[in-house]
Amino acid sequence: MALLQISEPGQSAAPHQHKLAVGIDLGTTNSLVATVRSGLSSILVDEDGHNLLPSVVRYMPDGGIEVGYSAQAAQSQDPTNTVVSAKRFMGRGLKDIDVSQQPYHFIETKSASGEMLQIETRAGIKSPVEISAEILKTLKARAEKSLGGELVGAVITVPAYFDDAQRQATKDAARLAGLNVLRLLNEPTAAAVAYGLDNASEGIYVIYDLGGGTFDISILKLAKGVFEVLATNGDSALGGDDFDRRIFCWALDQRLAEQSKCTPLNAQDTRLLLTKAREAKEWLTDHASAQITSVLSTGELLNVTLSTKQFNELTQTLVTKTLAPTKKALRDAGLTIEDIKGVVMVGGATRMPQIRLSVADFFKQTPLTNLDPDKVVALGAAIQANTLAGNKGDNELLLLDVIPLSLGLETMGGLVEKIIPRNSTLPITRAQEFTTFKDGQTAMSIHVLQGERELVTDCRSLARFELRGIPPMVAGSARIRVTFTVDADGLLSVSAREVASNVEANIVVKPSYGLSEEQILNMLQSGFGAAESDKQARALAEAKVDAESLLAAIEIALEKDSDLLNAQEIQAIRGKMDALRANIHAGASHAIHEATEALNLATEEFAARRMDASVSHALAGKNLDEVNF
Amino acid sequence: MAITLTQTAADRVEKFLANRGKGIGLRLGVKTTGCSGMAYTLEFVDDLNPEDTAFESHGVKVIVDPKSLAYIDGTELDFTKEGLNEGFKFNNPNVKDECGCGESFTV
Repeated sequence: MALLQISEPGQSAAPHQHKLAVGIDLGTTNSLVATVRSGLSSILVDEDGHNLLPSVVRYMPDGGIEVGYSAQAAQSQDPTNTVVSAKRFMGRGLKDIDVSQQPYHFIETKSASGEMLQIETRAGIKSPVEISAEILKTLKARAEKSLGGELVGAVITVPAYFDDAQRQATKDAARLAGLNVLRLLNEPTAAAVAYGLDNASEGIYVIYDLGGGTFDISILKLAKGVFEVLATNGDSALGGDDFDRRIFCWALDQRLAEQSKCTPLNAQDTRLLLTKAREAKEWLTDHASAQITSVLSTGELLNVTLSTKQFNELTQTLVTKTLAPTKKALRDAGLTIEDIKGVVMVGGATRMPQIRLSVADFFKQTPLTNLDPDKVVALGAAIQANTLAGNKGDNELLLLDVIPLSLGLETMGGLVEKIIPRNSTLPITRAQEFTTFKDGQTAMSIHVLQGERELVTDCRSLARFELRGIPPMVAGSARIRVTFTVDADGLLSVSAREVASNVEANIVVKPSYGLSEEQILNMLQSGFGAAESDKQARALAEAKVDAESLLAAIEIALEKDSDLLNAQEIQAIRGKMDALRANIHAGASHAIHEATEALNLATEEFAARRMDASVSHALAGKNLDEVNF
Repeated sequence: MAITLTQTAADRVEKFLANRGKGIGLRLGVKTTGCSGMAYTLEFVDDLNPEDTAFESHGVKVIVDPKSLAYIDGTELDFTKEGLNEGFKFNNPNVKDECGCGESFTV
């Protein structure tokens, strides 16, 4: 029987209409999925009881795809086909990535929608969106198995610093995985939701989130159950992985000190040593020193010991690097350290004692760590998903997010005119009027940009479109109203209208690094293609099982009751059985079905005779009175 | 007769109530819907209605309205795990037939 959860008063779902929703923390290093059951947000575990799903996807030699721990374990043997930290490449082009640090074969494809970074694997060329979709698919399957039904939707978290291209890429990945995105939620906001409900206390909080690959600092105001994000800042290329790399580089330096000649590491050794570095970092959280021992593919033995003190010295600059954006965010919000009521630690990397110490030192208070820093974001996302799916009563949670980077457009001279300033709360609409530059000008090109800098070349280009059909006028007399709208997910649409003639043009920002509609459709269709072959495989397996059970039953019947048949009849049945066996061997589900039917038909008479025989056997030598009909 | 909870179910309800931060107990009920007649409902209780019947089982207040009580009197509520899924289960002696998934039933 179906298992029930406790609902809010008056919110019981009709049977088969449970609004199952999950929160997904799609992390750089690890991903998690959580849901709210009977009012309590909890992480959904896999069959082995693991909370985390390593965000690692491996394309296998046999064409299969592995996600999670098994893929992670294969990192060092198969580095080029095992993609880790794919989130770092989401919505990015080659120029955004330090390729020398990565073991993959990158390709940049130029399509109508712009340049997009892709990775060449043995399974073909894969985009970061497709790779992330594999992670989401795995989490979706886990959730549906745990909750016993289909999901109505998911809230997926993204770093506050993700720009439009990266947010769109995340949405694309969810769509490929067959997930309905209820909302993209900034990770720190999700953490605040998780903490806000547990320790509901008003005031201004700082969320310090140091994950595997990203650092985010957010300043939130909690008042009367409402979260308002006052400011966000961060570094989208700083995280726990960088600490691993520091250890990795240090270990290599030790090796060079021991050896006179320098041999560069191959991809496999790089991956192996990075894994060892990560293990050492985790070990140092509760130990005074860590040993790194590893045999490289050259046969060379690497054996070094790293003390906590050395580790702290190695990574001090990284720790300090997190404090600059922190100061900036405080300044943006117009706050000082004295205004901060609490500091919430998020992300596995905040387990490192030197981080906790530095943060405590900076804010002059002990940071909050009572929720598991790895789980906080997913737990908060689940709470938000539960609300958005409509499982909550009246006291709905209101969330205000801010846009991380200013949005504007290009004006004469390659300058950027900002329309929506950074840290404006979402959703937002802002309009501004522009005019023509030349006499008789009938068209205007609108170039949408994102960034804080003044020159177009220093900002990120999001989209371009043209407004045509402006009536010819003297320069400066046309009035063109440009409207920027950012929805609750942080996605932008821009429209331009000439006020006198009402000609209008608009664009929903398809970030230049995202996937085109066509590409998404293609990927979805290739997924459906696989569904058809999966369905056929299933039909064949079922037909085989049916056929084999029939064969076994007849075999037993023949053994017991062959005296009911003459030699010719036995031969006929045997003939049909052999035919069925041959069909099973050939492996066509349709033919197996037909042969099974034929065998069924051929043995009908035999079955009837066996029935008669057993009835007359049961009745033999008895009076009618003794037989209990 | 009465409505009872197993120890496991009672422990869970207490935990969920504590997490929720408010509520006086658990409401069990039925509503006429679903693919085979009736469906169970399970909700937190903030306010008691005058016609409600209240039971107490392992320290948890169980509240039922009189219409529902006719269909579920004698029910024991359990909390179980089935594979990765977990949740509450009605062991209702009045049930004659239920739909394939057991979410709705007839008496």
